[in-house]
Parts: sequence; structure tokens; C-alpha cells
Amino acid sequence: MNYGVVQFPGSNCDHDALFASALSEGSQSQLLWHKDTSIPKGIDCIIIPGGFSYGDYLRCGAIARFSPIMREVVTFANRGGLVMGICNGFQILTEAGLLPGVLLKNTSLNFVCKDVYLSVVNSATPFTSTLSQQSVIRIPIAHGEGNYYATEETIKELESNNRVVFRYSDSEGRITESSNPNGSINNIAGIINARGNVLGMMPHPERYSDAVLGCKDGHAIFESLELFTSSNSAATVDMATH
Amino acid sequence: MKKFNAIITITLRKGILDVQGKTVEHALQATDFPMISQLRIGKYVELTVQAKDSDAAEAIVEKACSKLIANPIMEDYSIEILEPLWENS
Repeated sequence: MNYGVVQFPGSNCDHDALFASALSEGSQSQLLWHKDTSIPKGIDCIIIPGGFSYGDYLRCGAIARFSPIMREVVTFANRGGLVMGICNGFQILTEAGLLPGVLLKNTSLNFVCKDVYLSVVNSATPFTSTLSQQSVIRIPIAHGEGNYYATEETIKELESNNRVVFRYSDSEGRITESSNPNGSINNIAGIINARGNVLGMMPHPERYSDAVLGCKDGHAIFESLELFTSSNSAATVDMATH
Repeated sequence: MKKFNAIITITLRKGILDVQGKTVEHALQATDFPMISQLRIGKYVELTVQAKDSDAAEAIVEKACSKLIANPIMEDYSIEILEPLWENS
């Protein structure tokens, strides 16, 4: 499994993502510079990490979207490549049009940095297949603009097509107002595109990817990606040899 | 070609709760300004644009707004094109 982690000026979770994505045996991860105009051959998944790309000037993610690497990321995603945007990465993917909606200022107006519980509401994605449906994972958040908003029409489309992947919940998996840290519509913490290969989420799975960090609930997302990629390449090999 | 100054005002779309505006409004109302309400906070952008006339200038700025300066999912914007700064033939 080969990961590429995009590095923008102002990214600050790039090395965490690099570390977390290379933890499994057989996984490698490399940094991709924002000025790169191509994606190295063999990359299976691109991670757009958290941070404050381009200082979050104008709107978070708005400037990063126009950097040369993003053109390649969009092409990669349109060809079916796996893309995961975490926190600022999620904001960039919405600005780039790979995911619908937008992330508004938290309703509290505070930057919120704490552990939250997420209910896994779609475990049938390449990002969540090793998690069970409705299971609860503990993942940290750290953002000032994580309040997911989209038009009523878009929300309806996301909900009816099972494109909400994670919701903020309590430790028992109940989706409550008090477990919503930022005011997101329907407690939405992560969504996927229609094709199922682009995920955006505000919480940081890379920060809880190893027991030494206090929790490794986030590792399941990387394991899911690895499982998906290995079974897919096995299928390709299968087709090639028969 | 002429050179125009343009002023762009960006606010959160109606229907989206402007938490920043509400907080400032509440702070004002709690002090000496109970008569103030409906406060909304936005962004102000000014720029110059070269175009053949003011309609063409507005079309360019409109395109720039929808592409980058504003995000139509969450923001409304208005464009004001000012009198040309200079003209060259």
C-alpha cells in the first residue's frame, strides 16, 4: 500500500499522517509537494492533511485548491483513486468541488480541541470496512471551522444515499445535540463522494493511530484502506492471469 | 482600455446563522446599544481591473468572485464598479 501525503505551506499534520499511514506492515508513505505537477506512479491513496494551508487566508482551503498538486489530485480522484481529506484537508476537498458543502465557523466561535466519539454510520466504504456498522470510535478534533453546512437538497442527497460516514455521538453512539462539537447539520463529521473513493472528515484519525498515542481507534481507517487496496489489486492480478 | 476600481462586499448567505455577527450584536445590546439589531459581519475586498467598459469590468469581477473570492454555497456578494481611473488609447 502506497500513500502520498500532500504538503502545503501551512500544513501541520503532514508528518502525523505520514507516520500513521506507514504503520502497517507493507505500507509506505511519502510526502507530495504542493508545487508538484504529477503524482508518482503506484500511489494508492492520497491524504490531504490538516493544518492551515496558505494561512487559511480568504476562507479555509480556498487558496490550496488552486495549487498545482490539486489539479492532479482531482484527476486522480476522477480516475477512482482513493483520497482522504482530514480537517483542513476536508475543507480543501469541499473548495475543490470533490465533496459537497462547506465548513463554517463553529457555532461556539471557539477553536475546539478535544476527543470526540464518532458513530460509524456507513461501514461499507473503502475507508471504514474494518469497522462495524454503528460502532463508536474515539478520535480527536482540533478546528475552528468544522461546522458542516450544505443546502437542504444536498443534505437530503447525502442522507438518502448513505454518504454520511461518521456522525458525532456520545460514547454509546447516540447522536445528540450535546455531542455535536461544532454545530454541524445532523452531527455530520465525515462524508464520502457519490463514487465512494473520496472521504472528508473533520476528526483526526492519524492522531489516534498507535497505542503509544493513547488510543489507536484511528488505525482502523488505514487498515480498511489497506484491505480495500490489497483485495482490489488481487482482483486485478486475477484478471490479468486468467 | 480603462482601469476601474471595484469594491466587493461579502456576507454569509441569509439563512446561515452568522454566529460572529450575533455575538457582536448581543455585546452591543448588553451595553449601550439596545436599539441595534440585525448585525451581520462580512468581508470587504477592493481591487482594480482593466476592461473596455464598466460592464466588462463587472463581468470579470463577477467571474473572479464565483471562482475564488466568494464561496456561493455559504456567501452572498455584491459588486460595485467605480468610475474609471484612467484611460489609454
